[in-house]
Amino acid sequence: MGQITLQQVTKTFGNVEVIPPLDLTIEDGEFTVFVGPSGCGKSTLLRLIAGLEDTTSGKILVDGNDATSVPPAKRGLAMVFQSYALYPHMSVRKNIAFPMRMAGVPQDEQEQRIEQAATALNLTDYLERKPGQLSGGQRQRVAIGRAIVREPEAFLFDEPLSNLDAALRVGMRLEISGLHNRLQTTMIYVTHDQVEAMTMADKIVVLRAGYVEQVGSPLELYRTPRNLFVAGFIGSPKMNFIEGTEAKKHNTATIGIRPEHIDVTNKKGVWNGKVGVAEHLGSDTFFHVHDTGLAETLTVRAPGDVSLRHGDPIGLTPRTDQIHKFNAEGLRVN
Amino acid sequence: MARDVTNNRKIINTAAAWAIGLLIFFPILWTILTSFKTEAQAINDPPLFLFFDWTLENYAVVQERSNYGRFLWNSIMIAGGSTVLGIIIAIPAAWSMAFVPSKRTKDILLWMLSTKMLPAVGVLYPIYLIFIQFGLLDSVLGLTVVLMLINLPIIVWMLYTYFREIPGEILEAARMDGASLSSEILYVLTPMAIPGIASTLLLNFILAWNEAFWTLNLTAAKAAPLTAFIASYSSPEGLFYAKLSAASTMAILPILILGWFSQKQLVRGLTFGAVK
Repeated sequence: MGQITLQQVTKTFGNVEVIPPLDLTIEDGEFTVFVGPSGCGKSTLLRLIAGLEDTTSGKILVDGNDATSVPPAKRGLAMVFQSYALYPHMSVRKNIAFPMRMAGVPQDEQEQRIEQAATALNLTDYLERKPGQLSGGQRQRVAIGRAIVREPEAFLFDEPLSNLDAALRVGMRLEISGLHNRLQTTMIYVTHDQVEAMTMADKIVVLRAGYVEQVGSPLELYRTPRNLFVAGFIGSPKMNFIEGTEAKKHNTATIGIRPEHIDVTNKKGVWNGKVGVAEHLGSDTFFHVHDTGLAETLTVRAPGDVSLRHGDPIGLTPRTDQIHKFNAEGLRVN
Repeated sequence: MARDVTNNRKIINTAAAWAIGLLIFFPILWTILTSFKTEAQAINDPPLFLFFDWTLENYAVVQERSNYGRFLWNSIMIAGGSTVLGIIIAIPAAWSMAFVPSKRTKDILLWMLSTKMLPAVGVLYPIYLIFIQFGLLDSVLGLTVVLMLINLPIIVWMLYTYFREIPGEILEAARMDGASLSSEILYVLTPMAIPGIASTLLLNFILAWNEAFWTLNLTAAKAAPLTAFIASYSSPEGLFYAKLSAASTMAILPILILGWFSQKQLVRGLTFGAVK
């Protein structure tokens, strides 16, 4: 069991309120991602749950029990840090064994669990090495190994992949998702990368300046973002926002349309402009279009075989059923 | 051409380093040389450098007149005891200052250091009275405690500096892994800070070994360490340079040997953090 509930949790550092009163429930077995730009309080929130920071007020419940003033060692949670935080003076085996040693797990059971974790994480050949002799990806696997052997109520991940190179990141993302499918343990994962959030999460919590902007499944957030911030943050490339007379035609202050919901033609469309920058990814091409008569430069996604170049005229037609409308306060109205 | 310049530089630098090293070492060398002279040769004018009748007579006299072994044992007990005691107190103190600093941590550190700016004689009177009160005069225990307190600011400062180099996340990881505070310090922090702790130990041992003000003022016969042993040869009846030198040589020899064998560790510890 690993249900985690936050009730009116706040955190202030000096006079700065990092987390205003916040309520949130993370269900048992759920993969929850906290996502937001840097400084939004997502790491602080994770550290509050871990017990590494004290709450200023409010309650944190783990499985219904008040854990607010329980020290981190006794909360039954495991954490994987961005810097891996391995013990440099211990071998991989001793690193993985450390939490079990602290919990007084019998020696033979320790050995057994280390073997299991090492096999699952491809670390069998490295058990006697020191962390300094491992690559970044291997170190991260050791950190995960150290977390899984203690069979925690929940795993906390603090931007675990941001120190890895792009290719490794994709691989580790899959491994962590696979781990979650296998263990079915609650996981809370902090990242600033919305792609990680979209691909891994059961539930995404979008944070800005300590406030929860929206909570929902990846597709809910993608399809019905609650406000301009979420609309702009989720989805890549980001949603186009159009204000002014064009928005007035839809009786609202701002309209949003995702790059993938605009059809591209070299004939006339609803909006006609010129290609600025064309980014060819092979599978897709992104065009940044200006001179459309709108104030904003529009980003559109076209199939990879559309071969327009810089300066070419381009016609754009938004799919009307995919237009998001926001009022003057930035809240969604459709 | 460029290579020649570099080589010349190297030679000049090496020569300069040796010259400075010899200059600093000269008093010690002179003491050791004098210890092998007769009293007359020791005050000869012009001074004799290497060409005199080498004799071990001074050592024999010193050995006969005083019990070197007892002084040595007291020195080891006092320097070793105060160092170990200091480290045991300083590790938790430095831990809290490095990893859970408060608004006042900087002030406390500076305040601690400020006690080193006070001339020791300024607190001689109160400490002497306290020693009388508790019957600690001329006791190894009393001296151990005083030297520990005298050097504690330095130990805490050094450990604090080393601990600050250790990423806090690793200690947080230990906490998440279920380690209690004592396990965290014992199994994670201390092993990671070994180079720093070792050089702190060494430096403090040397400082305590050489400490003379307190050892001379608070001991008489029973607890007197090697510093008192040296001082006993600078007597009112007249100076016996050769014997004084022999006593000095015997007193500094153990620490000199220790320093020689641990110099790598000492240098590494003292430059810890300066070179990544």
